[in-house]
Amino acid sequence: MIPLSEQTGESMLFSLRSLYGGYGYSRYKMNKFEEYDLYAHNKDFLISDSVITFTDGSGKLLALKPDVTLSIVKNSVDSANTTQKLYYNENVYRVTKGSRNFKEIMQVGLECIGKIDDYCIYEVLKLALESLNQIRKPNVLSVSHLGLLSEVMDRAGIPENKKAEVFRCIGEKNLHELTAVCTAAGADNGIIEVLRRLVKINGETDTVLTEIRSMLEGIVSPAVLDVFSRVMSSLSHEPNLRIDFSVVGDIKYYNGFVFKGFAEGIPTGILSGGQYDTLMKKMGKKSGAIGFAVYLDTVEQFIRKSEEFDVDTVLIYDETSSPEQIGKQLREIAAGGKRVLAATSVPQQIKYGKLVRMSGGKAE
Amino acid sequence: MLNIALPKGRLGEKVYAMFEEAGFPCPSIRENNRKLIFENEECGVRYFWVKPSDVAIYVERGAADVGVAGKDILLEYEPDVYELLDLGIGKCRMAVAAKKDFRDDAGQTLRVATKFSRIAENYYLSRGRDIDIIHLNGSIEIAPILGLSDVIVDIVETGTTLKENDLVVYDTVVPISARLIANKASYKFKSDAIDRLVAEIGKSTEEKQ
Repeated sequence: MIPLSEQTGESMLFSLRSLYGGYGYSRYKMNKFEEYDLYAHNKDFLISDSVITFTDGSGKLLALKPDVTLSIVKNSVDSANTTQKLYYNENVYRVTKGSRNFKEIMQVGLECIGKIDDYCIYEVLKLALESLNQIRKPNVLSVSHLGLLSEVMDRAGIPENKKAEVFRCIGEKNLHELTAVCTAAGADNGIIEVLRRLVKINGETDTVLTEIRSMLEGIVSPAVLDVFSRVMSSLSHEPNLRIDFSVVGDIKYYNGFVFKGFAEGIPTGILSGGQYDTLMKKMGKKSGAIGFAVYLDTVEQFIRKSEEFDVDTVLIYDETSSPEQIGKQLREIAAGGKRVLAATSVPQQIKYGKLVRMSGGKAE
Repeated sequence: MLNIALPKGRLGEKVYAMFEEAGFPCPSIRENNRKLIFENEECGVRYFWVKPSDVAIYVERGAADVGVAGKDILLEYEPDVYELLDLGIGKCRMAVAAKKDFRDDAGQTLRVATKFSRIAENYYLSRGRDIDIIHLNGSIEIAPILGLSDVIVDIVETGTTLKENDLVVYDTVVPISARLIANKASYKFKSDAIDRLVAEIGKSTEEKQ
């Protein structure tokens, strides 16, 4: 196995594909283009709302896909009794934050669509943890539950139109504004304190779960709390799993578990996912769904191993050496795995480790 | 080692004093020189001075684990960071100001000059007001005087500059103060150190308030 620090995007991709394949997920290959309408109706679901569009020969407005999940959902079989398990690795086209230019981004991910039971959630979280382990260590998978947070907000009396603001404060771990926004919305002080404690939660899964249960019993519906407790308990032995309610998503699309993966040395999340039954409903589907995406381009950007030199050795030859002699000399130097460039003079703007000259068929 | 981005200038000096008082000193920072990075290995902190408007970028991109930025910068650039504390210093407000005789004619598009386009846009969007943003980088106060704009949206501290330019505040958009922010990924791996910093600074902030 290639050491984690030396993995390239391609080798990571290979490992992840084999991981997902091993759990019975089949490859989903999609077209580069998708009808623009799909994205226009679900703009908030996209990480960036800019989409490259063009008109095809028949006058239909198409888009270079900025996202994979929406296409998978659109084409999925809507069944409440069976589960479709798919993985993908596709290039998507997005505008990155702070830029006006589009970038081609390599994205790998998986989706579990249909009947979503505790095992499906467990399996997706487990695969998210495994994916992080394959990419880089140490890492952390932070898991939250939008259903729980939303029910606490309902109990606090926070109106629907204020929920997005409360979620923003939770996502920022911004306790001072959370209190102010909830108070201004007329929320109950006791419940505001519960929200504050949830945001602050940090620690071993088992300990934290007991705390969460005692805090939320009687406040949220037992069914939601039970699913959360059962799934998290089943993963409590995972050392990199953290319950962290600051992981939030848009409630217009996500409902239950939401999660984000981080690796040390990479300043942004490298994996993101959740349960998106609300999106399914919005797209006319009756079944549930959960999945995640891994941002391999971000990983590569931060862990690529920068070489000190363009080549290890430059072999300078002249007309007194025959092509065969030059080739032999190059192979001798390169035998130890060195990168050797044969040239008649040192090319400009090249960084090399060593310079070897040869004349009359011999190295000097 | 906790990397801390401080805003250059008077606010940054006040902020450093708070960090020092909270038990995160780095005496070399007080030396009179042009260095920008200071380290105290014993306390596990490395401070660096950056332009105030850049603090959020350093933190969001992980060059700094934590930093101190004004709420105006956070609202304008919306960096994906944790906002852990309101430090209660550098207090001022983002306000709408105009000439004394200004009358807001709802039948016309309102011309708004500002350095803070996103804040101004969001403010007027929430009021359903049609506006034309004129993005300026400085001397915003002269825009209404020269007829470039109807109003300005800018930071008001004491109001002296507005007064001297015959402008008055019409509305407060949002109160501003310095906030302690943290990189989300850094927080996952350095939560003990960051939580300790937040707790200590939080204590001294509360005591002062």
